Amino acid sequence: MVNHEAVNCEQVWREISNYVDGDVDAPLRLAMDEHFKTCARCASVLAGTRNVVQLYGDERMLEVPAGFSRRLEKRLAKNAVVKGSGWSSWSAWLVPVAAVALLAVGLGVVNKISFKPPAKSILAAPGHDIPPDMLVVVSDGSKVFHVAGCPFIHDKATERTITAKEAMRDGYVPCSRCMRQYLRTGLTGPHDDDDASAEPEEGHEEEVSVVRVK
Amino acid sequence: MSQPSIVLNNSEQAVGARERDLISAVQRGQSELFYELVRPYERRVYAAALAILRNEHDAEDAAQEAMLKAFKNIRQFRAEARFSTWLIQITVNESLMRRRRERTVPMEAIDGHRSGRGDEESEYAPRDFADWREIPSEALERKEVRQRLAEALGTLDRKYREVFMLRDMEHLNIQETAEALGISVASVKTRLLRARLMLRDLLAAGWEQGWFSRLPFEKGTKPW
Repeated sequence: MVNHEAVNCEQVWREISNYVDGDVDAPLRLAMDEHFKTCARCASVLAGTRNVVQLYGDERMLEVPAGFSRRLEKRLAKNAVVKGSGWSSWSAWLVPVAAVALLAVGLGVVNKISFKPPAKSILAAPGHDIPPDMLVVVSDGSKVFHVAGCPFIHDKATERTITAKEAMRDGYVPCSRCMRQYLRTGLTGPHDDDDASAEPEEGHEEEVSVVRVK
Repeated sequence: MSQPSIVLNNSEQAVGARERDLISAVQRGQSELFYELVRPYERRVYAAALAILRNEHDAEDAAQEAMLKAFKNIRQFRAEARFSTWLIQITVNESLMRRRRERTVPMEAIDGHRSGRGDEESEYAPRDFADWREIPSEALERKEVRQRLAEALGTLDRKYREVFMLRDMEHLNIQETAEALGISVASVKTRLLRARLMLRDLLAAGWEQGWFSRLPFEKGTKPW
């Protein structure tokens, strides 16, 4: 406890910060006031402490680096679109939306790899359920095989008979006319003999040319 | 004589009202007004970070991060506290967290006179300077004076510097300073006393070392 009637220098130094802040009781303040009148050293300490508080408390002591304000404003502007910590703004939804979109694209790619869509033209269809030992006719200049007697056999002078299994092994495809029943496409449907809209009316030469390209 | 005080109070009230309006607007979602809200405090925020981190680059980054955290948590701000105090406390927390995490802040040395006084429980005897003069606040217009004062502050031990910075430069009260730093009110008072006396001694020594040799009042009439 400080004796308020008369304080010595050590007691003054101990309380001088509180004194400057006005945080001492009235009797102590009075005692310190009296001490300062007679003690030059403590008066110097008081003046110096007040000077320190005044100088460092000045706004001019708080300098910021050049460009600080501009950089701060820029960073705030960059981040200001995300409000709060929740999902309250439109931009906050971008992340999950983008994730879903990426997932969808990824699934699409996988789907595309694993699922082969039906051929849209019977010219590209390999044929199915063709009896392997069925005798078919092939000829030079075409990679199409036919049943015997088909009017669309190309270069009949070179025609020869082989089994369907051999024809397919050698890269021949069934004739879309005479072997239509063995073709199935996405447009015609399975064994859709009535729907000839996917085929050109006079398309045999066209068929051959496409097959050649393949 | 009371007129300027009334004008000042009215001005302060107007500023306070404007600040409250800005806070409400930002809390309602007008985020573009946030910079206007914090602009008056950017120097204080930076200074608080610098006092703790002692590195300009780190302090600027911490100050920016603190501003962003304040923005993200603006809805949690309640009017019971001053906005500036809330902002400074966020900055102090951010800076202390960085210091703990990075451990890059160099340990500062204290000169012989003060190194023996690192224990805050011991008494501190201010030096007796027969020829020390007050530094008028006008001197702060000079950059070199500000630099000298900053250097003097920088030589203080961390625990003293932080308390002094928050109390005397950021103008937090004793209780707010204690809360910001997570120490007791008694510790704040003890450290503040020591910091003020040490700075007083440092500035006094600055006269002897010629820090303020070119100030026009060097040979003035205010010897202590």
